[in-house]
Amino acid sequence: MEISLGVFLVIVGAAIVTFIPRVLPLMILSRIELPEWGLRWLNYVPISVMAALIGQEILIHDGKFPSITDNVHLLAAIPTFLIAIKTRSLLATVLSGVILFMFLRWAVP
Amino acid sequence: MSLENVHVETTALPRDEDRFMKGVKDCVPTLLGYLSIGLAAGVVQKTAGLSMAEIALMSLVLYAGSAQFIAAGMIAAGSSPMAIIITILFVNLRHLLLSAALSPYFRHLSPLRNMFVGALLTDETFGVAINQTAKKTNISEKWMHGLNITAYLNWFIANMAGALLAQWISDPEKFGLEFALPAMFIGILVLSILGRSKIKRDVAVAIIAVVVAVGSSLVMSSSMAIIVATVIASTIGMVVEKWK
Repeated sequence: MEISLGVFLVIVGAAIVTFIPRVLPLMILSRIELPEWGLRWLNYVPISVMAALIGQEILIHDGKFPSITDNVHLLAAIPTFLIAIKTRSLLATVLSGVILFMFLRWAVP
Repeated sequence: MSLENVHVETTALPRDEDRFMKGVKDCVPTLLGYLSIGLAAGVVQKTAGLSMAEIALMSLVLYAGSAQFIAAGMIAAGSSPMAIIITILFVNLRHLLLSAALSPYFRHLSPLRNMFVGALLTDETFGVAINQTAKKTNISEKWMHGLNITAYLNWFIANMAGALLAQWISDPEKFGLEFALPAMFIGILVLSILGRSKIKRDVAVAIIAVVVAVGSSLVMSSSMAIIVATVIASTIGMVVEKWK
């Protein structure tokens, strides 16, 4: 149960460079009046970030693109999207996504 | 969360949906996703040679999934602290965008209180919080803390459990839970698109983001590709919307 100096420095340094981007925009931008185009731009950030993360999660594995029929992530993602649209429930989406994925990985050779 | 809704809402009495416990409740759907990633992080950190105390400190002080995986890997590989810290800086720069996107909904708080709101910001808590904004112009501070702290404790517990499990399992992804994270992102994306009144444009922006994120990750790190994709896709969305 010990903490080495090197690891401690990494944790503190990494925590600082993670903390600043997390808090700075909230602290500053909430104080100033943003122009309308700026607000509109920020309006699209959530959609863009989530879509970009999903794209990388389901289309790229170990730096490569698996073919569509081998890509269990992609095969599971399609019904997961439909379930999300149908149920509009985050919990239902996550649970059925995981079950679908487990089933597909078992079913797809 | 379209601009048309701005100034509709008043911040009079604390309603049930603004309570700390409501934030805790709204965090529940994301717990499974981050539990699985946290378990994996715990296993990876333990097998990288970190002690339980170091893993506890890492999950509580750093509190960032991708950063912890990178730190563990680079520590095991003997990288210098400076190299590790710079890599993590780039990986977590996307938080700038998440924090900025939340800022219009926290105008009612002082900078210091916004610091506490942002300190525990993650992809998941951002996603849940931004979905709230379809209905309102402010996000409740107490609700946000309920959401953030629940996610934080879940992450810490998952890391510790993973570190303990590391002696028995080497590949935590075998349990099919690795899809919990993409499934959660899918849920958040779909809910935020359905909650706004510009489905066609949102879907177009999402497709552009996917194409850019995947395409540019061939020539740059995947975390930089996320930032590039977000900036390009959001700019196109903004320009097209202004244009119409």
